[in-house]
Order: sequence, then C-alpha cells, then structure tokens
Amino acid sequence: MAEALNFHFIVDGEDFTSAGQASVQVKKNLRQLGLPSEIIRRVSIAMYEGEINMVIHAGGGTADVNVTEDYVEILLKDNGPGIKDVEQAMQEGFSTATDSIRSLGFGAGMGLPNMKRYTDFMKIDSVLGKGTDITMRVNIE
Amino acid sequence: MTVRELCLTEDFKPLALPDGEREIKGVYIGDLLSWVMGRASADDAWITIMSNQNIVAVASLADTACIIVAEDVKLESEITDLALSKGVNILSSDKSIYETAVILSKLL
Ligand SMILES: Nc1ncnc2c1ncn2[C@@H]1O[C@H](COP(=O)(O)OP(=O)(O)OP(=O)(O)O)[C@@H](O)[C@H]1O
Ligand SMILES: [Mg+2]
Repeated sequence: MAEALNFHFIVDGEDFTSAGQASVQVKKNLRQLGLPSEIIRRVSIAMYEGEINMVIHAGGGTADVNVTEDYVEILLKDNGPGIKDVEQAMQEGFSTATDSIRSLGFGAGMGLPNMKRYTDFMKIDSVLGKGTDITMRVNIE
Repeated sequence: MTVRELCLTEDFKPLALPDGEREIKGVYIGDLLSWVMGRASADDAWITIMSNQNIVAVASLADTACIIVAEDVKLESEITDLALSKGVNILSSDKSIYETAVILSKLL
C-alpha cells in the first residue's frame, strides 16, 4: 500500500433508521484491504458513533476516511448546532437525545466516550451555531 | 459452539442465518446501542429486546457472532432481509432475557 486511499461519504441527516451506511461501507472496504479484524472493529465502531451523532444531533454531514500505511484516519464534518461544552459531552452518560431517539436505543451518552476509547487519537473542533469537526485515528501496528 | 449448532437446540430459532459457522465465544446483554458497542466483545452472542433496523448495523460493526432477540419479540421482515444481506445472524428466543442467558451459560 504505497499511496493513501481515500473514501468520501455524504451522511444523510433525514434518514434515522438506516443510519450507519457509510460505516458499514468502510468496514467492507477495510476488509478488502486485508486489515486486521481488531483494527477494523475499532474503526467501524468509532466511525459509526460519529456518523450516528451527525444524523441525530447535527442533521447530517460528511465523512472522509484516509487509509495510510500507519493509520486509518476518520474526518467527520457537520454544520449542526455545535457542542456547547465538549468536556461535558465527553462524559459517559451525558446526552441531550430526545425520548424518540432513546426509543431507538440511542442516547446512552456513550458515543463520544466510545470514539475516544477505540481510537489512538481524537480531536473535536466545535463552534456553537456553526458545526463540529472531529478527527480520529486508529494506528495500524 | 457455532451459531448453527445453537439453532439446533430447541430454545433458539434462526430468523436469519447467513454466517452459521461463526463461533460464539461469549455473551453480552443490552438494549442501549452505544453501551453494546462499548462493552460487547467480538464473537459474543448479543441478547436484546431491541427490534429496529439499527441492531443489524451495530451487530455488524461490533462484530458480534449473532443477535438473539429474546422475550419472543417479533422482527419485521425488512430487518431479517437486511441481516441476510449484511451477513448478520439473528436468532429468536421465546424465553426471558434471564432464562435465555442461563441456557446459553450451560451450553457455552
Ligand atoms: N455532531 C454533533 N453535533 C452536535 N452535538 C453533538 C454532536 N455529537 C455529540 N453531540 C452532543 O454530545 C452529546 C453526547 O454525545 P454521545 O455520542 O456521547 O451521546 P449520545 O449521542 O447522546 O448517546 P449515544 O451515543 O450513547 O447513543 C450528545 O447528546 C449531543 O448533545
Ligand atoms: Mg452518540
């Protein structure tokens, strides 16, 4: 794998029930590249949590995945409301999800903590009223 | 034990079995999806009463061996069709979550 590989996705903010399609596609692509299953699992979960957050909290956005020799990088961008207090949002159990979202099984307040746990690097840039950019990396040993 | 072998016991019915040879290595119980993704291990049998489409994506991405829908909860055919196309095994149990877990602990 000499050159970096890039995958780009538009994440639809309307589509609640079938949300997660970009992550499912990335899992498939990484499998075809022959990456170790534990790396694929960590990337898949971290990306899915981020993708779902964009759908539920930000009305959709874009996802870019770059695969290099050393790591898999996930870039998520949305033009949603932004996160008021990132430190608070990172706490396990903190959630602003509505009851209807909770009835789908989301809203445990575990998404951002999972993204942190399953990645080797995570950075959140969020501006209130503008949107949120998240960068995550999972190293390939 | 493989997922197919589990389906041969009287307590579990296959609803979608695209990958029956998968080995079950543990069990996780939960309905909150992020909790499942944070705590379940790869190759677990995941017992839940959630019945919406998102369980298929979660099982696929968290790489569980199968979903077991307990308490006789019914699934729409779109969900089992989706599971078939995504390679996700789904079984059903008419026992309670607790009884389902107890049966599994004897089998595994
Ligand atoms: N992209 C985003 N835009 C705006 N707010 C966000 C975004 N992502 C997360 N948040 C805020 O951070 C909170 C915590 O996010 P987190 O993913 O940890 O939990 P959740 O999405 O509420 O529930 P879960 O992920 O467990 O289903 C959210 O409830 C929301 O208020
Ligand atoms: Mg979330």
